[in-house]
Amino acid sequence: MSVRIRFDGEEIAGRDGQTIAGVLLGAGRRSWRLAGGAERGVFCGIGVCQDCVVTVNGIENVRACQRTALEGDVVEREAR
Amino acid sequence: MTRRVAILGAGPAGLAAAEAALSAGADVVVLDEGERIGGQYWRHHEQLTDRRMQHQHARFARLGRVAEAATVHREASVWRVDTAHGIRVHALVGPADGSDREALTIDADALVIATGAHDRALPVPGWTLPGVITAGAAQALAKRDGAIVGERTVVAGSGPFLLPVADSIALAGGSVAEVVEAAGVAAIARGWGRAPWQLAGVAGKAGELAQYAGGLLRRRTPFRFGQAVTRIHGQGHVEAVTVQHVDAQWRPVAGTERTVTCDSVALGHGFTPRLEAAIQAGCDLSPERFVVVDDRQATSVASVFAAGEVTGIGGADTALAEGAVAGFAAAGGSLDDRRISGAVRARKRMHAFATRLATHAIGPGWTGWLDEDTIICRCESVTRARLSEYAAASSRAMRLATRAGLGACQGRTCGRTVETLIAADVDFDRRPVLSSIRIGELARLHHAEHKEQE
Repeated sequence: MSVRIRFDGEEIAGRDGQTIAGVLLGAGRRSWRLAGGAERGVFCGIGVCQDCVVTVNGIENVRACQRTALEGDVVEREAR
Repeated sequence: MTRRVAILGAGPAGLAAAEAALSAGADVVVLDEGERIGGQYWRHHEQLTDRRMQHQHARFARLGRVAEAATVHREASVWRVDTAHGIRVHALVGPADGSDREALTIDADALVIATGAHDRALPVPGWTLPGVITAGAAQALAKRDGAIVGERTVVAGSGPFLLPVADSIALAGGSVAEVVEAAGVAAIARGWGRAPWQLAGVAGKAGELAQYAGGLLRRRTPFRFGQAVTRIHGQGHVEAVTVQHVDAQWRPVAGTERTVTCDSVALGHGFTPRLEAAIQAGCDLSPERFVVVDDRQATSVASVFAAGEVTGIGGADTALAEGAVAGFAAAGGSLDDRRISGAVRARKRMHAFATRLATHAIGPGWTGWLDEDTIICRCESVTRARLSEYAAASSRAMRLATRAGLGACQGRTCGRTVETLIAADVDFDRRPVLSSIRIGELARLHHAEHKEQE
């Protein structure tokens, strides 16, 4: 079973049930956000630090480590 | 009339509380932010979790079955707890960070706060590079997602939790370059070797740790004592770390630096209790900043109980025992009741284990590995130098000028560190809104009809 999401205009496949962070890491992505001009990705992994936030289907500030990836999710980078 | 007990958190403490409160005849409502019960200790996914990473699985399975007799609200972000006129808990229920979650209000006769703890990771130069995660993140990603953050990871910090983290990384397909523990061999021998008969009752815990140590040996993973990762190197991502000896105060020792090649780092220097619900409920805290409880796990606030890591860092077995006592007492049960005597005894045994964790407490010398331009507040990218400029100002002026601790995580990640560096208490744990919810959701609540639980 697999789930496909779009990130950076690319289709990425993950395992069914994985979080968005899990899908991105599985595809070799370590970072997906800019903070103070530098790349950031997952840090606390349990929804506390807010470092991994992405825009999902137009909704901003979604924690990638908490949100289960759903088929067809469009995931976009954020910058602060 | 049946007493209703509301429980915040469905980790070991919360589930044990639910089981005990049900056994004492209460109507039980559990609220947890996760998609599944289990908390961090039993974080899992039916298909993705490697069973070898799930400890005490039989116990979890039993607690899970018991919890079916309670009302369990999963994906519930509790954002306010009122205790002024009876107990009322406000939550939003729905997928993480969704924009149209459902409002839920629970009234109860008693409350058990079992909100647990999250990792504390000390800042290290380079710690904002992609590939640096907390030890808990490495554990959560391995367990929940079957994912690893890199091919070759250095696990560093302090405390026995580093062992299961290294184990999970290896089971998930990663390789652990080294496990680096800041406490020295002498300190560990003193802390854990003293009065060993007190630990005789926690053989299960010792066996679990021995199993992880065996895994390290089998995989020939070096375990370093009295050392720390004092610098993380890389352009755009982790390429190596500096590992260095530290003295008993965790001061880095010049001339002992070694470079270890790796592509990822898992940092864990202990745990920070999640206190905001307890503080909002009005519970007294100890000088060490844990919720003060009595023998019944009762807090300073009538009908409010607390159990698990919010009352002191002690691990899952401690939380299970404390949770059972708290749930039983919250339901109106007496500690003289034979049904709870086993938990009372287990709690005493586990507290003997928990006091040993002081061996791994953060030493004040760690600030010696910071650079002036090391980021302290990750959310707002505030450096140590910037904080130092306001060291003499009031904490409010410091926060407003630097924005340290005012970012998206509300000081959860950097709060204690900022307090150390400016040598003043800032009280970051006092948060008007307990969890991350959207302003739009909050506004809509004014119009929405509250859904009352029967």
